[in-house]
Amino acid sequence: MEQALEILFTASFWVAAIRIASPLIFATMGELICERAGVLNLGIEGIMTAGAFAGWFTVYSGGDLWTGVAVAALAGAMFGLLHATLTVPLGLSQHVVGIGVTLLATSLTYFTYRLALPQVTTPPKIEPFQPLPIPGLSKIPVLGEALFTQTPLTYLAFVTVAVVAWMLYRTPIGLAVRAAGENPSAVEAQGISVTGLRMGAVMVGSALMAVGGAFLTMSAFNSFFFEMINGRGWICIALVVFGSWRPGKALLGAILFAAFDAYQIRLQQISGGVVPYQVFLMMPYALSILALILVARRATYPKALMIPYQKGER
Amino acid sequence: MRLEPKPAPSLAVTLLYPVGAIIVTFLIASLLVLAAGASPFSVFYLVAKGAAGSQFALLETLTRATPLIFTGLAVAVAFRAKLWNIGAEAQLYIGGVVTVVLGTGALPLPSYLLIPIIMIAAMAAGALLLLGPAILKTRFGVDEVVTTLLLNFIVLLFVSMLLEGVLKDPTGLGWPQSSKVIAEAQLPRIIQGKRLHYGFVIAIVSAVICWVIMKKTVLGYEMRAVGNNKEAANFAGIPVNRVLIKTAILSGGIAALAGFSEVSGLKGNLTLDLSPGYGYSGIVVAMLAMLNPLGVIASAIFVAGIFVGADAMSRTAGVPSYIAQVMVATALLTMVTAILLTRYRVRWK
Amino acid sequence: MAASIGVEQGAPAQADIVLRLDGITKRFGPLVANNAISFTLRRGEVIALLGENGAGKTTLMNILFGHYVADEGTVEAFGKPLPPGDPRAALDAGIGMVHQHFTLAENMTVLENIALGTQSPWSLRLDRAAARRRIEKLSADFGLTVHPDATVATLSVGERQRVEILKALYRDARILILDEPTAVLTPAETDALFRTLKLLVAQGLSIIFISHKLNEVMAVSDCVLVLRSGTLAGERTTATTNRAELAALMVGQEVSSPPVSAPRTGPVVFELKNVSTARQGTTTRLDGLSLALRAGEITGLAGVSGNGQSALASLISGTLQPASGEMVIGGSAAGNWSPRAALASGIGRIPEDRHAVGTIGDMSITENVISERYATPRFSRHGFLDWKAARAFAEEIIRDYDVKAPSPEARIRLLSGGNMQKLILGRALDSEPAVILANQPTRGLDVGAVAFVHRRLLEARDRGAAILLISEDLEEILALSDRILVMSKGQLSSPSKRGERSIRELGELMAGHGEVNDAA
Repeated sequence: MEQALEILFTASFWVAAIRIASPLIFATMGELICERAGVLNLGIEGIMTAGAFAGWFTVYSGGDLWTGVAVAALAGAMFGLLHATLTVPLGLSQHVVGIGVTLLATSLTYFTYRLALPQVTTPPKIEPFQPLPIPGLSKIPVLGEALFTQTPLTYLAFVTVAVVAWMLYRTPIGLAVRAAGENPSAVEAQGISVTGLRMGAVMVGSALMAVGGAFLTMSAFNSFFFEMINGRGWICIALVVFGSWRPGKALLGAILFAAFDAYQIRLQQISGGVVPYQVFLMMPYALSILALILVARRATYPKALMIPYQKGER
Repeated sequence: MRLEPKPAPSLAVTLLYPVGAIIVTFLIASLLVLAAGASPFSVFYLVAKGAAGSQFALLETLTRATPLIFTGLAVAVAFRAKLWNIGAEAQLYIGGVVTVVLGTGALPLPSYLLIPIIMIAAMAAGALLLLGPAILKTRFGVDEVVTTLLLNFIVLLFVSMLLEGVLKDPTGLGWPQSSKVIAEAQLPRIIQGKRLHYGFVIAIVSAVICWVIMKKTVLGYEMRAVGNNKEAANFAGIPVNRVLIKTAILSGGIAALAGFSEVSGLKGNLTLDLSPGYGYSGIVVAMLAMLNPLGVIASAIFVAGIFVGADAMSRTAGVPSYIAQVMVATALLTMVTAILLTRYRVRWK
Repeated sequence: MAASIGVEQGAPAQADIVLRLDGITKRFGPLVANNAISFTLRRGEVIALLGENGAGKTTLMNILFGHYVADEGTVEAFGKPLPPGDPRAALDAGIGMVHQHFTLAENMTVLENIALGTQSPWSLRLDRAAARRRIEKLSADFGLTVHPDATVATLSVGERQRVEILKALYRDARILILDEPTAVLTPAETDALFRTLKLLVAQGLSIIFISHKLNEVMAVSDCVLVLRSGTLAGERTTATTNRAELAALMVGQEVSSPPVSAPRTGPVVFELKNVSTARQGTTTRLDGLSLALRAGEITGLAGVSGNGQSALASLISGTLQPASGEMVIGGSAAGNWSPRAALASGIGRIPEDRHAVGTIGDMSITENVISERYATPRFSRHGFLDWKAARAFAEEIIRDYDVKAPSPEARIRLLSGGNMQKLILGRALDSEPAVILANQPTRGLDVGAVAFVHRRLLEARDRGAAILLISEDLEEILALSDRILVMSKGQLSSPSKRGERSIRELGELMAGHGEVNDAA
């Protein structure tokens, strides 16, 4: 049992936790932006898959790493555009369209993968992002190591949270996004197009989701394989609810969740096979459901979430 | 741009929209075929031939359609009441689990008793699995989309645990698979020596029953009312939460039959690849059928045909068989757009 | 067109014109909401746009503001044509609109709501300090007190309206459109609003004041435009017209209250004794409320909306359960309370919102008319519905209630508001309920439909039903009610018989002044 506690004080554990959190942070911020503007984006799982492939494949084809990230973001934005076109001006069910976008993005990715690499059995590898210790800060025991010996993409994840938070609360456009998710007629009455705003938010959000997916193939691992997103997108949707639609809280939720995930991997190693490994693997999903139940009572959804808006309608 | 409601078009026109959606789907797929360096005409010809070009192909398509009819029905009835059951995949596996638990010799009964018992037990298990998210939705307001999606992962891990543990086939050379079900628990084949089994007949009967429920019964009426306008339904005295719970039981139960039918009629045992995503494809099947239970039969056969045909095609034409999944997903999106256009007129000013 | 109205003197007439509408026509399907409407507005002028609900006032203003695009006609502001369908252009041209339903984001502060859309969307920082200075100055200048950092969710209705006006002034509006601004205000708040409007006009702003209340129109405007079923029925200078003339223009004939015979009041059939309800969000809850309804009598409940009427209506409808107190229906105490229980105890209900609550839009007329009684033996047996009986019932209601519908299978969404309401009325009244709750039964209906609803309610009264009529329209209350109660802050006033209290006295009670009686 002592062993189980000691884990919590090792730097390697926290390094892993932050690494596991990084893709979730990107995708959670992406979903948060969509939902703040009033659109539930269930395309997240597929968009992450597409981003994972697009980023990796760009690098595999000779692009540099940052180009890969940009291509992933662009791919995400394109699927976001599809989602937004169907759900915003056409007002189609965000549930059905989201699932459809996930199915489409996933299958299109697999199709492209098979088309590009018809013969391979083991997925080819790329040279991923390397850890970039921040001089000075990375020398701080445990905390410094955990936070400052990560890859540039992890640092970008944290910067993204700050940017999203600043954007939502400190800029004119952030005001408009928050208002669009609460009362779209307030936005239109002030001369801003709700349709344009929501579509923009979904595209930007989807781009972030795709970067979250790309983190897996370009920073956490070094190749693309099928079903690698493995429900992370759905978990991010739970994290947005858990974080009460606030970037800071959602970040905290993602780290907490990742720490738990890293912990169960280590527990699995020391449990010595007494408990089936599947039980540990179930935990992240079960934990997400639990988190949803815990916050459900006091969750204050953006009031216009999932409600399509037509011009002139009140 | 704005949408204006318009009177329902005639039945013939209403049927034109889905046809339009399918045509658009094929056009989009053509682009992918061209990208793969093949000719769309020959590829679609090969798909059609692989799906329906011979007795073998046709039977294979119907065999593949069987689980899709069940999951399509499960989704169709749930979506009618706006209960977003995305967990048919998990319910299918639970149905499979119950089938091997009861069907591998635990109950030494004759076929005419054993099969109904297994069916009822499987349905109960599937219903129970969806009951959780449904209660979380009605009691706590937890979105069932996320919970049913997450449950898919949990249940698959659970099945994996069983197959490496208590349900593991001792003679299976270490593979994570269950023992075969006994002969009494097997659904007979419709034609000797072919793969099509009586699960297909059960699926058709289920579709008819679902259609009767939706069109003729009080429950169906209640489900449609709740799905269309929950608040108005509540005001009129329809017990909204109770209806959602009943819907969950019906939907989860039907989805579990897919697992029963696959194990008992086709595979004989439970493995981790029992379903290549039938639960998710069921969403497409249901939407293509515009949530009509009888339509589900046709759309399941159509979707199955694309899958079976694409498999055959990719062996000869070299276009990845994933084109089938792309087409199915595209069909879902074009179809919901088409349904919208039957009810609303788009005005550009 | 408004050449005869001299408000400003001296300056050449053309230069004074700030807004010109020319031949505005707007159709929604077969309905002509606005038919070739033209008028002009001058600097410092208050034009009242008067008309019944559904006369096309709001549609016209939505076109002006760019929410809708007119099918024909042009709008010119300060001499320049206004591009259609572009709220931004309207704002930039100096047109500000205070909507009937406020367009505020409740999760944000007053300052954020006002600043929304006023700074470049690409700016990386919202300049709060500048916004605050400007809001504080405007508040002081025009008597629009409200705290810039308050979250809108915490504000009263009157305060929210002030925020709406500030929003327009903040953007340098020179033309202010107010859509039914007093519908949600108490008389005292209304007076304060009128004082603010006078200050604005003195600064050279022009105002379009939309209302269906004659006394307000007389009090505040220089000139009155009367709209009737989408057309301009008349144009009068306020100083030289009177209420009777305006009323006649509004409805097309001399207004006459429906003939009301003396009530044959029976015993109490519905009673609330000291009932309280749990808090639900921001709606006013009931706290120890008592109310008795007698057979053969219409009890009118007047009051400014948001004073507990919706809680009371939900309670009687069965969608809200009492937290404490007793509910007695037909002499026996109500047990487990639900919509179904309410129906079973003989309460007929006409809900406030016919689209969201009263009907299921994508279901057919047949399916909608049986929604309250599908589980009875008349319409179902052994869990199976009798569609033949249901269809016959729908046809019966369509015939008896004069509903214009293509067929019983038509989706109810496709019906006009009036026809929808007639169906709801038929559904509620067909079983001859002993108690009837009519919550805003005529809101948004045309004159003919209003008369129809009133006639049916009076018929129900005469056959002995106890009716509770909830309405924000005081004139409707006065015309129909045998007994009037006023609701304010969740409390009821003492009752008054027909003609006993003047409009003025009722207004006082609506404002929450005056005595409160627990045993109404």
